[in-house]
Amino acid sequence: MTEHGVKGHENCRHLLDSLSPYVDGDLSTELCTELERHLSDCEDCRIVVDSLRKTVYLYRATSDELPCVPDDVRQRLYHCLDLDEFIEESI
Amino acid sequence: MDRTKRTEDFSLEALRNGDRAEFARLVEAYSGVIYRLAMKMLEDPQDAEDVLQETFIKAYKALPGFDGRSSLSTWLYRIATNEALMQLRRRKKGVFSIDEPVEMEDHEQEPVQIVDWCCMPEDELMSVEARAYMDKAVEALSPSLRAVFVLRDIEGLSTQETSEVLNLSETAVKTRLSRARMRLRELLTEYYSERMVRRQSAEGEIA
Repeated sequence: MTEHGVKGHENCRHLLDSLSPYVDGDLSTELCTELERHLSDCEDCRIVVDSLRKTVYLYRATSDELPCVPDDVRQRLYHCLDLDEFIEESI
Repeated sequence: MDRTKRTEDFSLEALRNGDRAEFARLVEAYSGVIYRLAMKMLEDPQDAEDVLQETFIKAYKALPGFDGRSSLSTWLYRIATNEALMQLRRRKKGVFSIDEPVEMEDHEQEPVQIVDWCCMPEDELMSVEARAYMDKAVEALSPSLRAVFVLRDIEGLSTQETSEVLNLSETAVKTRLSRARMRLRELLTEYYSERMVRRQSAEGEIA
């Protein structure tokens, strides 16, 4: 377990902005080749890419479980919009 | 934006003319996504409810002038995001704008924590405690980074849709998304590496 990061490595720093588009598959072919060449011999950057990808995955995986509008909130919303007459049929 | 109905599913003419039944259909279709967006931006049920109500009150007033250049969902997201950012501004009582320069300097997005926690079991990565920490981590982002992250990675909007909602260039959206993700990665690494240490020592004790 290390805590030194990629600060000392010019190559790593140079490629930092590429990591987010890389995990989206949204990097130009040229940059992608350059990054993958670097990743093949830089373990720290491989770990950063893997954990960045996992971070995005975890947020996306849990996003479907976000709360629905609670019934009381929904009723107050319809009431403040003067739409009470429509709330029954939409439940 | 696959969670929402499309603009074509509504009669713009009826909405512009103040048709109550059509407006009720719009509210029914979008109240869920707007509430979720507000909850994720603000992490407070009361503030999220205020944003939800204000969004549809403002939408109703503005519908007669809605020109249809953007989709209804993008337009509603824009109103809601602006409302949420205003709430955050009130909380901080400071001046804040979505156009503000990204606060982090380049060196601040450099990874410090290099720990491989990806191999941890999924039930630990997504435990109730871990999810609460993930929410706190989003809350720790600056409003301008949080807005981009929530729209792109939580709500699943495209870069172009996010740029329309926030009135930012696509390049600015990509830069902010990158910084938000790198910051969250850093925070999650701090959390999960500690969990890994605890797990390893517990396993050591059993052995």
